[in-house]
Amino acid sequence: MPKGLKFALPALAFIALMGFFFIGLFRDPSYIPSPFVNKQAPEFDLPKLLQENDSLTLVDMRGEYSLVNVWATWCAGCRQEHDTLLRVAADYNMPIYGLNWKDDPAKATLWLEQLGNPYVANGVDEMGTTAIDWGVYGAPETFLLSPEGIVLHKHIGPLNIEIWRNDFLPLLQGQGT
Amino acid sequence: MSLRIRVTQRLSLAMLLLLLSLQVHAIDPQQSFSNPADQQRYQVLTSEIRCLVCQNETIADSTALLANDLRREVRRMVEEGMTDAEIKEFLVSRYGDFVLYRPQFKPTTALLWLAPLLLLLIGGSTFAVVLSRRSRLPKDVDAPLMADDQ
Repeated sequence: MPKGLKFALPALAFIALMGFFFIGLFRDPSYIPSPFVNKQAPEFDLPKLLQENDSLTLVDMRGEYSLVNVWATWCAGCRQEHDTLLRVAADYNMPIYGLNWKDDPAKATLWLEQLGNPYVANGVDEMGTTAIDWGVYGAPETFLLSPEGIVLHKHIGPLNIEIWRNDFLPLLQGQGT
Repeated sequence: MSLRIRVTQRLSLAMLLLLLSLQVHAIDPQQSFSNPADQQRYQVLTSEIRCLVCQNETIADSTALLANDLRREVRRMVEEGMTDAEIKEFLVSRYGDFVLYRPQFKPTTALLWLAPLLLLLIGGSTFAVVLSRRSRLPKDVDAPLMADDQ
């Protein structure tokens, strides 16, 4: 082995290792990428909040871009993002469907009455089985669906208007909306 | 003297038994399965599935709501007679490879599984090269070695 290489190799290995550590410093370990991105959203069939005899399914969301927002009244982050949802629904004319996760329907109804209702409709998932089908592990979570029902993006944690503009809007415009 | 030793021995045995008796699983309030083989399968499976809200706990150990729901799903699938591979596939297709403490071997996880072997090979071959060069050096003196190294 040439003399130079003998010192260069360990130095390079060290720099590479530091590189990995440095990247690791800025990664959020609670962020787990969804296996559904760019795939068909999972089917579901849930009773609607406020209209228990009616049910909410994927078919209701077909034909336009839509958001599916996982929320609950016990979830602090959901309260935090609520105004953003209202704004996205009003200013951007975005249909938002709610997945009311492991919640009391009476409390959920009160929440929407008091804080305003950004949702087109809500599916009630009291047992949390649909949430498991969607790979949900903590509310709030927000999915962007294409008109064909493909998951384009998933955001974990509370939304704010910057996240909406940076992570969601470009995907909509990229598809010519 | 010997009496004191025996008392101490008994005391420590009693304390040991007391410690062991604390190892009771109190997290899972569900009944056990009627079939002991299913019970065994359920316990092994839940101790290999990561609770994603509390990432360093298995769903067998976690009190999180999600862990509770996942235990219920695993229980349902075991009762329905699904195989271990099918149950793991159910979870991986929803939550990704991270949900399993021992992810399946596939192209995206190959590096993860092979890295220890790879590192051992690099280290081992470096060691072998260094050793073989050492053995080719003249045996009697240290001075030439120092000179060679400079």
